[in-house]
Amino acid sequence: MMTVVRSPQAATDAASTHSVVSVRGARMAFGERVLWDALDLEIVPGEFIAVLGPNGSGKTTLLQVLLGLRHLTAGEVLVDGRPPGRGSDRIGYIPQQSTLEADLPLRARDLVGLGLDGHRLGLGPLGPGARRVRRRRIDAAMAEVGATGYADAPLARLSGGEQQRLRVAQALVGEPSVLLCDEPLLSLDLASQRTVAMLIEIRRRTAGTPVVFVTHEINPVLPLVDRVLYLVDGQFRIGPVEEVMTTEVLSELYGTRVDVLRVRDRLVVVGAEEVPHHVHGPDE
Amino acid sequence: MNDIFDRLVSFDGTGELLTLPFVQRALIAAAVLGLVAGLLAPLVVARGMAFAVHGTSELAFTGGAAALVLGIEVGLGAVLGSVLAALVFGLLGLRQRERDSVIGVVLAFGLGLGVLLLALYDGRASNKFGLLTGSIVSVDSTNLWVLAACATVVVGTLVVWYRPLLFASTDPGVAAARGVPVRLLSPLFAVLIGLTTALAVPAVGAVLVLAVMITPGAAAARVSASPLAGTVIAVVVAEVALLGGTVLSLGPGLPISGYVAAIVFLCYLVCRLIGRVRAG
Repeated sequence: MMTVVRSPQAATDAASTHSVVSVRGARMAFGERVLWDALDLEIVPGEFIAVLGPNGSGKTTLLQVLLGLRHLTAGEVLVDGRPPGRGSDRIGYIPQQSTLEADLPLRARDLVGLGLDGHRLGLGPLGPGARRVRRRRIDAAMAEVGATGYADAPLARLSGGEQQRLRVAQALVGEPSVLLCDEPLLSLDLASQRTVAMLIEIRRRTAGTPVVFVTHEINPVLPLVDRVLYLVDGQFRIGPVEEVMTTEVLSELYGTRVDVLRVRDRLVVVGAEEVPHHVHGPDE
Repeated sequence: MNDIFDRLVSFDGTGELLTLPFVQRALIAAAVLGLVAGLLAPLVVARGMAFAVHGTSELAFTGGAAALVLGIEVGLGAVLGSVLAALVFGLLGLRQRERDSVIGVVLAFGLGLGVLLLALYDGRASNKFGLLTGSIVSVDSTNLWVLAACATVVVGTLVVWYRPLLFASTDPGVAAARGVPVRLLSPLFAVLIGLTTALAVPAVGAVLVLAVMITPGAAAARVSASPLAGTVIAVVVAEVALLGGTVLSLGPGLPISGYVAAIVFLCYLVCRLIGRVRAG
């Protein structure tokens, strides 16, 4: 298991520095349906925010807002002090593991390379010097996640765990100021879950890169989480795990009896999954 | 049996034919087509667009047939038909199942319309047949300017947009997150397919466009997962098939398309074998 060094001190120290992500008075509504309103969230360097909630509560929509792919109905969002634009180098994005077609024309290093400059126009660096610099950056990103051994392997032949390590490298190779993760541990075995979470954690500790981690299952990252943003059907709550993940708070959010139990080092939420949720959002 | 083989493979007069200007023009057209088709094929395979390419080619046939009846340049009609079809398919977006059924619907309609148009045409029968199976004569009648313009647009677009296209084709989720206009690239790529298809129809015919637009990419994918190496292999396979098929078709005086399809299929089998041996 990973060692836990989560100090409340870190959060207060960081608050004095500038926030990397600011969400102010944010409202997101699709017609009548309000995903959230009056959402304020300041994310400081080194912070790990878990975004939890049932399907359709707007977790993915929030990521899309941070990525600049969707506009808020009201309020503002800033990443590094600027509104997030399309094609931003400032954000690293890790998606959930997906099944890949066998004839996908990518090797492991190509996936990481796309994370570095795949969004740019033109044919890329053509001179030998520039090509060497590019190659070195990609090699370094792969070494960081322990993927050097299969750098030239076809991506589709790799296991889900190996693919997700590469996803971390793909997100980190551009030196982003914030890391957005959309269920990156889903459908991975326990050992791979632990490895991928650890790789994200290492970057947070060494470079102070804050992490926004969307998940439906908090336990694999429980020791890492500084604050939880819990979204349920237009309601939300933000705070440290011990303040949000309680029987009282979740029962209030869900509007029904929900029990939160601590079993050894795990949190077990009973009752939340039976709540019939709303019509799905446009993206979930 | 031997008779059939002799009839299929013969180099009687091949040497003389190669000196003729119309044969040389056909070879140039085949070489240009091989380049653009080979460049696009790996992306077509990565995007799972084999059926869309087939649908596009059938509408190139419809456009060509309409041009015959209207008495305008056949190549121009083919370009218009296939680009229009490609745009429709491209705008359908990325949802595979839905797209497949719409392509099927449009394809059937276009093919039926083309058959009717050809029946209305009273000109030379070889013109009609050429649209479906291709012929060296119809390659020659393609306006070389149409060919050059289409090839320039395709290659030029790839030079500028190759990396975002590869990103959007292989990893659309992260590409969108990085700001690649994934939705916009779908119709753009479709237009490139439309232009290339229109070039391919006179040579290999509407029925066999897949032979040059899919098979080289599928063959390359068996040998290498590297985008660069895969593209080089696809171009080589497409060139070998198109140039080889054109030359082989000269002696027997049979349609190019059959030879192209046979060679490209052979290349595919060899690439599969290499892939199998390598994987151990």
